[in-house]
Amino acid sequence: MMTPANEAALAEIVAGAQTALRIQGGGTRAIGAPSDATVLSTSALSGVTLYEPGALTIVAGAGTPIAEIEATLAAEGQRLAFEPMDHRGLLGTDGVPTIGGAVAANVSGPRRIQAGACRDSLLGVRFVDGAGRVLKNGGRVMKNVTGYDLVKLMGGSWGTLGVLSEVSLKVQAVSEAVGCVLLHGLDDQQAVKAMSAALGSPSDVSGAAHAPVGVDGTPVTMIRIEGLEASVAYRVEKLTALLADFGAEVVVERDAEKVAAGWSWVRDVALFQGGTGDVWRLSVKPTDGPGVVAAIKQSQPEAQVLYDWGGGLIWVQVSEGSDVRAAVGQGHATLIRAAEATRARVPVFHPEPAALANLSARLRKKFDPRGILNPGLMG
Amino acid sequence: MDMPTPNPEVLAKKARIVARLQEVLPADAVISDEAETRAYECDALTAYRCPPLAAVLPASTEEVVAVLKVCHEEDVPVVPRGAGTSLAGGSMPTADSIILGVARMTEVLETDYENRFIRVQTGRTNLSVSGAVEEDGFFYAPDPSSQLACAIAGNIAMNSGGAHCLKYGVTTNNLMGVTMVTMEGEVFEIGGAHLDAGGLDLLGVICGSEGQLGVVTEATLRILHKPEGARPVLMGFDSNEVAGQCVSDIIKSGILPVAIEFMDRPCIRATEAFAGAGYPDCEALLIVEVEGSDQEIEAQLERILAIARTHNPVELRESTSAEESARIWLGRKSAFGAMGQINDYMCLDGTIPVSQLPYVLRRIGELSKDYGLDVGNVFHAGDGNMHPLILFDANKPGDLERCEAFGADILRLCVEVGGCLTGEHGVGIEKRDLMVDQYAPEDLDIQMAVKDVFDPKWLLNPAKVFPLAASEPRRMAAE
Repeated sequence: MMTPANEAALAEIVAGAQTALRIQGGGTRAIGAPSDATVLSTSALSGVTLYEPGALTIVAGAGTPIAEIEATLAAEGQRLAFEPMDHRGLLGTDGVPTIGGAVAANVSGPRRIQAGACRDSLLGVRFVDGAGRVLKNGGRVMKNVTGYDLVKLMGGSWGTLGVLSEVSLKVQAVSEAVGCVLLHGLDDQQAVKAMSAALGSPSDVSGAAHAPVGVDGTPVTMIRIEGLEASVAYRVEKLTALLADFGAEVVVERDAEKVAAGWSWVRDVALFQGGTGDVWRLSVKPTDGPGVVAAIKQSQPEAQVLYDWGGGLIWVQVSEGSDVRAAVGQGHATLIRAAEATRARVPVFHPEPAALANLSARLRKKFDPRGILNPGLMG
Repeated sequence: MDMPTPNPEVLAKKARIVARLQEVLPADAVISDEAETRAYECDALTAYRCPPLAAVLPASTEEVVAVLKVCHEEDVPVVPRGAGTSLAGGSMPTADSIILGVARMTEVLETDYENRFIRVQTGRTNLSVSGAVEEDGFFYAPDPSSQLACAIAGNIAMNSGGAHCLKYGVTTNNLMGVTMVTMEGEVFEIGGAHLDAGGLDLLGVICGSEGQLGVVTEATLRILHKPEGARPVLMGFDSNEVAGQCVSDIIKSGILPVAIEFMDRPCIRATEAFAGAGYPDCEALLIVEVEGSDQEIEAQLERILAIARTHNPVELRESTSAEESARIWLGRKSAFGAMGQINDYMCLDGTIPVSQLPYVLRRIGELSKDYGLDVGNVFHAGDGNMHPLILFDANKPGDLERCEAFGADILRLCVEVGGCLTGEHGVGIEKRDLMVDQYAPEDLDIQMAVKDVFDPKWLLNPAKVFPLAASEPRRMAAE
């Protein structure tokens, strides 16, 4: 493993590389086809370099642990809006999740439906491209349309376009109060309808998830509200009235710790932790979700699911080696947890139509002419 | 403003190009008469004009494909045009170019409240997107001040913002999918009703690419339910520094207003003379707006007013009715018109870190004296997106040039303090040559390499965004 101490050393390594490199942040995820390429770790590019709470911006080295960023922000009553998932429980790995890893994979948690994805919080990047050039795009201000937005392109490019060295992010204030409306006993279709109703109301919902098999073994649908105490109290009441029509047993949870624990459970897909079988992550139109799940269950009756993002994000656990993609219409599916043999056989990322795949391949060639950065990972 | 020399070969074959375009479009969708093409000689950056070779107004994705295929075969540059409201010259033509206007593509294709999106043809205006869902209580959040006229196509090209993006984000944060035609006439469907890209985030790079990567014909946009209500509060301060500190303190307090607008004294005086909104005569004025139910609004305003009081405001005006709210916004909304009454003006759009606000305003004041040109500041303070309005006299020889030099100095100042050249208007031709102040040559090179992939012949809006000298080898190679 190579662990450059700074950006210049990183550039030197990439420029001088003779063979493929596997880019790694904290090493918490083994994703993609197995690779024996040399590991290039950004973990030493660590530390918060600028933090302006009054401007809601933070700048940090790509290798900075997310925990360090969260602690820095928490000291000022702020947080990352996109609520990044911690993959370690689901994947049974160790390592330290880094901010660069979250950005490279566009990791976004339950608040994505309200506050946007990781890429929506991303204001600027510095990175080393496949030729070893140190490049930058964006900056540290919230509104910036100066030139092409390569910031978004780098977010979610999984290290295939460049190795991130520094990222700047928009942050948000921690909410003063939080509440969760829980609906017990809804089937998948009713649950998505209930979540759509909540998300289509003026209540500014910050999380909407549904577990057909919750912690107690029965279905639970969760709607989260965050804000000032007066707002949360008011909106919880409005939502309770709005959702009464669905006929479910409604429980309101106002204990902040319990609400946080419930949403960590959703965010980190705790339902499948320690389980056996492969785990897929599907992004679909929310109302398509129950149909997609029904189609998967036709061939995989034992499949387990967890809906987040109002039904648009579906985590599916199926028996080892199965491919659920045929069930996904519009949208995409990523294989998150599977044995090496499966990952070698089944494309981890959703295959793109030929023309789009060709366009992406030509883009990669510009950023990485020698094809040494995570080759073959995304296609 | 330098533009590339028109390609004489293209000029020479105008008749053939027009004939070919007429073959693929209805007769009234091809405009080639010199008197009529003049309607497309400029956008809202009116200082620069040049009629195009011809203009076309396709009505569908298929017609856009047909136009682009002809132009690609004939090596004719194409300048996409939304509603022509660009302040940066984003749709300014060259004499050898075809203007591709989307004005006839205004249909709503799909409205889906359960999944909270609307799919429209991109010639539809920003305000009429909200208009299509308003009766059902929904709206489309990005609200550039030209929203009555500007088209979604242009919003996507420039990644437009607006007064309320502090809470709701800009276009890119509300764009879920596009149908895009490349210069070669290939149609791409990217994104859609689901969230986030499966592969590379091409949607992210297309948004804000100023019509240089493809022509976006249809868009899937996120819609939200309207808040129950909104209410502004007006605050006057006796210095820019104090007002800037108040903005920072509000943001730090954890309350996220939907808008924080800032006006300085020259602007306050001009709008008072023009609109008579009853603003206090002070150094700096803030309009802070919050949303929610009545009780939520009151809870938020209570906190905001408490913060404001710690800064000894010379005025604190709460609204108690819709009329009073409208009066608070009246001056802000007429600020550009008010400045226009005094003289010609140039509107800048740099963004700065909020912490640099007092310093930057002070420096702009000093530069104003150096150049002998008045400047008023009115802007979105919450996100640091400034809009200095420099007054000049277009009829006075040399004034425009002096104004442009002053503007360039202000934008360099924005970059120097950690900000950028443009927050929501785009680069266009206006800030093209300042790109070297923000980006190193290799940073521009990688952006141009992206254009190489989407438009290898550099025919789409070729003379924009990048300094002409930087893009010349690519444009020449393509010719």
